[in-house]
Amino acid sequence: MSDAVMDSHDHDHHHGPAHKGFKRWLFTTNHKDIGTMYLIFALVMLFVGGAFALVIRAELFMPGLQIVSPDYFNQMTTMHGLVMVFMVIMPAMTGLANWQIPLMIGAPDMALPRLNNWSFWILPIALALIGSTLFIDGPGPNFGWTFYAPLSTTYGPPSTDYMIFAIHLLGLSSIMGSINIIVTIFNLRAPGMTLMKMPIFVWTWLITAFLIIAVMPVLAGAVTMMLMDRHFGTAFFEAGGGGDPVMFQHIFWFFGHPEVYILILPAFGVISEVIPTFSSKKIFGYRFMVYATASIAILSFVVWAHHMFTTGIPLAAELFFMYTTMLIAVPTGIKVFNWVGTMWRGALRFEPPMLFAVAFVILFTIGGFSGLMLSIVPADYQYQDTYFVVAHFHYVLVPGALFGIMTAVYYWLPKWSGKMYSHKLANWHFWLTVISLNLTFFPMHFLGLAGMPRRIPDYALQFTNFNAVATVGAFMFGLSQLVFVWLIISTVRSGKPTTPEVWESSHGLEWTLPSPPPYHTFETPPHVE
Amino acid sequence: MRWRSSLFLILTPLLTFAEQMPTINMTQGVTKVSRDIYDLHMTIFLICCVIGVIVFGAILYSIIHHRKSKGAVAADFHENATLEFAWTLIPFLILIVMAVPATRVLVSMRDASKPDVNIKVVGYQWKWQYEYLDQGISFFSSLATPLDQIHNKIKKNKDYLLDVDKPLVVPIHKKIRFLVTSNDVIHSWWMPAFGIKRDAIPGYIHEAWAVIEQPGMYYGRCAELCGADHGFMPVVVKAVTEVEYKKWIKSQHEAKKQSAAASNKKMTQDELMAEGKKAYDAHCASCHKATGEGMPPVFPALKNGLIVVGPADAQIKLVLNGVKGTAMQAFGAQLDDVTLAAIITYERNAWGNDNIGKKYKKMIQPSDIKAARSEGK
Repeated sequence: MSDAVMDSHDHDHHHGPAHKGFKRWLFTTNHKDIGTMYLIFALVMLFVGGAFALVIRAELFMPGLQIVSPDYFNQMTTMHGLVMVFMVIMPAMTGLANWQIPLMIGAPDMALPRLNNWSFWILPIALALIGSTLFIDGPGPNFGWTFYAPLSTTYGPPSTDYMIFAIHLLGLSSIMGSINIIVTIFNLRAPGMTLMKMPIFVWTWLITAFLIIAVMPVLAGAVTMMLMDRHFGTAFFEAGGGGDPVMFQHIFWFFGHPEVYILILPAFGVISEVIPTFSSKKIFGYRFMVYATASIAILSFVVWAHHMFTTGIPLAAELFFMYTTMLIAVPTGIKVFNWVGTMWRGALRFEPPMLFAVAFVILFTIGGFSGLMLSIVPADYQYQDTYFVVAHFHYVLVPGALFGIMTAVYYWLPKWSGKMYSHKLANWHFWLTVISLNLTFFPMHFLGLAGMPRRIPDYALQFTNFNAVATVGAFMFGLSQLVFVWLIISTVRSGKPTTPEVWESSHGLEWTLPSPPPYHTFETPPHVE
Repeated sequence: MRWRSSLFLILTPLLTFAEQMPTINMTQGVTKVSRDIYDLHMTIFLICCVIGVIVFGAILYSIIHHRKSKGAVAADFHENATLEFAWTLIPFLILIVMAVPATRVLVSMRDASKPDVNIKVVGYQWKWQYEYLDQGISFFSSLATPLDQIHNKIKKNKDYLLDVDKPLVVPIHKKIRFLVTSNDVIHSWWMPAFGIKRDAIPGYIHEAWAVIEQPGMYYGRCAELCGADHGFMPVVVKAVTEVEYKKWIKSQHEAKKQSAAASNKKMTQDELMAEGKKAYDAHCASCHKATGEGMPPVFPALKNGLIVVGPADAQIKLVLNGVKGTAMQAFGAQLDDVTLAAIITYERNAWGNDNIGKKYKKMIQPSDIKAARSEGK
């Protein structure tokens, strides 16, 4: 394998970026450049989406309306959700895939480099479309990121059309990105790397990419029907015209539930890379991890109506979706047990990536528990649309998906930049983040059980205390992320040079390359034993 | 007996403390269904706690004892099929144990047959309409909290955002069937104490039912995002004994007769403006704003608004019938002649509108509304 690295070195000095300055980034087809752009885009958008969340939390600090109007509040919840899902977590995961998949399977680049460029550059266009709604006359989208009809069709503001086209573009971007990932994994693996030898991160992304291809067109269908209802006289979701508002929810959640796993599966992959490295052990139950990921993906297509238990779907449907939803706990449990099995009797080193990974396992499991509670239909009648649900999905998405991304950055940033960050700063970031996120989201369980609905700008006096705590936690969380940004900037600028292996007992092809890897890598494929 | 009094001494402050603690758990409610739900909730919660203790215990043990810094040496194992099958099968069995009672409760909840009282619940942006199908009574129930409290101009009441102008009144120990639907967007009628949450969906009527065991005031709210004032449409149910319920029904029939008589009375400008401001704030201000400036382009401004300073007949017709395909509702079905006359008079005179379009009628009497209604028929 080291021969391959040497070989590629020979060509490298006349194989740098073709352009300089802005043109380099606009025209690049290099997977590393594109990966970097995705990650920076996601990081910037994390602060934009976070700012929306802080407007929400600031308004909810005390009872009464202080800062924004109820309508603007609804725009904030909508934009927060859309930005975090489509412009933070998904691009960040795609950025990780771009950087890591070719490095981990020994491919010279992504299989479709120009498509790759286009997939990224669609994102800023979509952002411009949806972001502009906050600055033009009239309200922006104000019906929640789930944009239920008829609130978003007959009753939606004119800016809804901007959102519809932005979602089309975002869908296009992620579908093209996924096609690229699937083609790369199937065609560009190094000789000897069979499917069952692939790193788990590559496996989880392969499965995720299939999920994206399967469901993003469904979302595109939903928003197209909305557009038709709004402007071309159809009545897909209009009861008065013979349509059905509940059908919108079926279509939306047929996309929406697999989407949840699209957000979390690559994070599972990251954690499955990091825990073995810092436990000095191989991953426990590799095969079962792969099967479990595939089972979760398949099951995700038959659980969508658990988001709709209170819509009056028939009893038989309620029972079916309750059982399938409970069933998801089995493969998810397998993953958690295998992570614990990997740590068990290892030689654990608590460097920053491991801190985030262990916190992921514990806090994601808490989100899993509340998910299991939500699957019980009669109890769901009380939980549905309350802060209990808000707590649940933030526990799986913040210390879940977001921590997965942070773990990956702490794990691979030294590889990408060739420089090691300050562990002290990383530890500060970790502890501040973990404490503040629990301060923010844990009280939301209590608020929901006590009866506070989600998406309200003002609340009855009994909810005051926990809302105040959550708001303090949220601002702490937001500020803590500045530490993260500072850490990344200072590392890239002036970190200490690191070794090719970076971590003790790191494993996999990416660690055979120099840190940072040259602009083009694996031009001659390595051979995997 | 002394131990009892000392126990009392210890318990009293503890209980007082517990009472002042914010609620952190689900209500047990006042119906069999809500108690069943609470029991399911606690059971699944305890199961999660037990699994949590085992999993987190193992992680904690590893963190403490399997540290490299403590000289731990990594073992070599990385597979164990028996273990994998065990931790696939055991959770599966636990789930079955949980699914059985959940199914039983769910089946019993969905049986709304043989009701004693039928009430149609209709969601509107942003209030509820209750229609007693067998008694011919129908009224709207909307937020009672004054805007000044919401905008922090005056102190907030204890029942801030909880209370409505007219609660739903129902008898205890009777099977009450709620038929839930909506007039505009999707709402959700949620009454935690009964264990009921039913989405109110235009084009659908869905059932829910309750047999309430204790008289009292019960508070709930809309649970599905339904637009700007989603947070401001509470649900209040007053459960009373059967005797009181019958008395209440009778009083409602009388009130209906009185309101019909009021349509013929002549009101002064001051009466209309005072009543109008109150009613405007309650029914119109969430879209058109207390300042009459609206939220263009979706909710037009009424201050210097073309219709409001134009011919009175057109405005009366618009308020009575609404504007199809927009959020402007047909208020003719919701408000009585006196209230409508007051609101329209208020709109035609407030915010400086009294100085614009002076050639048109500025003061509207309840009789004008009555006339417009019969003309419409």
